[in-house]
Amino acid sequence: MTRELTIKDALNEALRQAMEADDDVVLLGEDIAGGAGRDEAYPEAADAWGGPFGVTQGLLGQFGRDRVMDTPIAETGFVGASIGMAIAGMRPVPEIMYVDFIGTSFDQLLNHAAKLRYLYGGKVSVPMTVRTVTGAGFRAAGEHSQTLYSLYTHIPGLKVVAPATPYDAKGLLLAAIQDSDPVIFMEHKRLYMTTGHVPEEPYTIPLGTASIVRAGDDVTIIGVQKMVHTALEAATELEQQGISCEVIDPRSYSPLDTDTILTSIRRTGHLVVVDESHPRCSLATDISALAAEHAFHDLRGPVRMVTGTHSPVPFSPPLEDLYVPDVPRIVDAVRSTLDQGRKGAEAVAHGR
Amino acid sequence: MSDTKMPLDLDPADLLPPAEPVQLLDDEGTLHEVDGYPLDLKDSDFRDLYRYMVLARRVDKQAINLQRQGQLGVYASLLGQEAAQIGGAYALDQQDWVFPSYREMGAALVRGVDPGKVLHLFRGTWLSDHDPHEHHFGLLSIPIGTQALHAAGFAMAAKLDGSDLVVMSYFGDGATSEGDPHEAMNFAAVYEAACVFFVQNNQYAISVPLSKQTKAPTIAHKAVGYGMPGYRCDGNDVLATYAVSRKAVDRARAGGGPSLIEAVTYRMEAHTTADDPTRYRTPAELEQWKRRDPIARFETFLESEGLLDDAFRAEIDEEAQAYAKRMREEIYDAPHGDPMELFEHVYADPPASYAEQRALLQRELDEHGTS
Ligand SMILES: Cc1ncc(C[n+]2csc(CCOP(=O)(O)OP(=O)(O)O)c2C)c(N)n1
Repeated sequence: MTRELTIKDALNEALRQAMEADDDVVLLGEDIAGGAGRDEAYPEAADAWGGPFGVTQGLLGQFGRDRVMDTPIAETGFVGASIGMAIAGMRPVPEIMYVDFIGTSFDQLLNHAAKLRYLYGGKVSVPMTVRTVTGAGFRAAGEHSQTLYSLYTHIPGLKVVAPATPYDAKGLLLAAIQDSDPVIFMEHKRLYMTTGHVPEEPYTIPLGTASIVRAGDDVTIIGVQKMVHTALEAATELEQQGISCEVIDPRSYSPLDTDTILTSIRRTGHLVVVDESHPRCSLATDISALAAEHAFHDLRGPVRMVTGTHSPVPFSPPLEDLYVPDVPRIVDAVRSTLDQGRKGAEAVAHGR
Repeated sequence: MSDTKMPLDLDPADLLPPAEPVQLLDDEGTLHEVDGYPLDLKDSDFRDLYRYMVLARRVDKQAINLQRQGQLGVYASLLGQEAAQIGGAYALDQQDWVFPSYREMGAALVRGVDPGKVLHLFRGTWLSDHDPHEHHFGLLSIPIGTQALHAAGFAMAAKLDGSDLVVMSYFGDGATSEGDPHEAMNFAAVYEAACVFFVQNNQYAISVPLSKQTKAPTIAHKAVGYGMPGYRCDGNDVLATYAVSRKAVDRARAGGGPSLIEAVTYRMEAHTTADDPTRYRTPAELEQWKRRDPIARFETFLESEGLLDDAFRAEIDEEAQAYAKRMREEIYDAPHGDPMELFEHVYADPPASYAEQRALLQRELDEHGTS
């Protein structure tokens, strides 16, 4: 009997198990307890709100207000205070309600969380996991719909993780909380209700290991978080057309499992990266550059990037649907790199 | 009418700073007792306070010299602020913690930190070489005011842990305009964390005077907005900075929550060795503050109490020379780090990509010569 959970419940279970295993794990954020200030609500706190997506629901009832803290609304405040707690030896897990609001905490992440180990010469660590919510397609407008993976991936000293399945969500969150370095843990709002097999006992997935979610021979498709699922759909469709796709989910963007990605590209000779972020300086460009630098002679067609546009995520529903990469765009990209590759090979064969 | 009631059992009047800064030693070095700020110091404490102030000034001078000799990239002097820093740190116990800014070499001395170790940060040798966990003294924070939040978080953690340690965060008058100290004070107050926010109001943020920084009556008044007491003292009177800090620290340790101290002082040197203060302050202003020198004033007091003799002066002088010598030995021509150290201490477990980057760097060094 496999045990099926949603990503939301897998994350909730991971938080619960991390808190049961280690008293130093505490949660901080806005509305993560929900009802924390209402004493009369406290006895039924197991049912408290648990944030806009309910990920932390029930934790207040089990662990109390000292460990599930609804803080003043101040991202700099609770991220900075978490850093202080981490220096003191705790493992704080602050939650930024939407990644879009991470801007107000950026200095504390950029100049402190990411650099304190370095500046202290290794004498201090910041074992903090910043949970936050990414993703377009939720009709939530431009300030509630970004992904921003690459902003954090760019910064040495931070780790960046973004699960796409319930199994990965639990294993990666437990690994992130146990990690000695600060981790930005990104949860896609449109994947919270995705279900899948999740073992009950605690387990970890090492950060920096990609997952080959579908094996194939003709083309490598790298899916970034939610786009893993869209890529899988495209792969099914392409199979009908006789094209075999290998779909890889990097799962963690920093560190990045370049070996798994490059091994696949070298075998298939074709790369398509699907990332719903804006196209410039994104994971799509990063992984494309990786292929250009390290697999140039193995590539048999141009690298294709399927991304959002270099414009804010629109609030208009039809425009938002155009913004987010979909199956037809991925199918086109795969066909295009294969076609170009074939033409190139023919040209060489004819001595042109 | 319940909705118009004050939400907390606080009378804002109790939180307000006094009309005049608390002063125990007047400018002539005469001691006046002040209600509510009893002095619990023994003769040895008076002498210790003096010793730390003189040492801080000498260490400061040595650091400036090292910078002038090209041995440090930059240095931020504490000249004139000895009483403010040292009175604050002296009120702490061994178990307590300090989260400083870049100007806190005096506080570092009180925490037993070897100044030469900290100066590596200003040399770019490699890293600050002091052990924060040994001295309970954090990193000299460069981004303005950010360390106040680490102090608040540390104090929150200590409280969760059932510890009664107190955390002191130093920052400048300019820093009070930043968001981080504001959020830190609000957090510390909401969580009743044992945190003392110690502002050295040295009148300037680089070239910008306090009047351009805030319209609050004083910095200490800001405390009321967080529901914590605001203390204001003469920052050039080490007995006042100590007595006020003693009160704030005792209050925090007893579970009374955080407070904000404003020590009114003056930065006698340039902001750092990189700027020229004559372009934004007048000689008259400098002269006026020179007459209020914190060490000279305390000396007069100690002499009148018979606590300062030539033997003690000679002892301190010898100690100061030893400190300066150690600083020179530690810093002079200290190597700027092995190239491969570029990858050290970024992550606890270096990512796989570092092996490749290391190899690349090594190849470049082999081909084009080492640095
Ligand atoms: C976040 C940030 N903004 C700007 C600076 C540049 N800067 C360095 S020192 C300084 C003035 C700080 O003044 P104050 O807080 O009064 O402290 P003081 O230097 O007088 O001790 C400024 C603006 C900085 N280091 N960090």
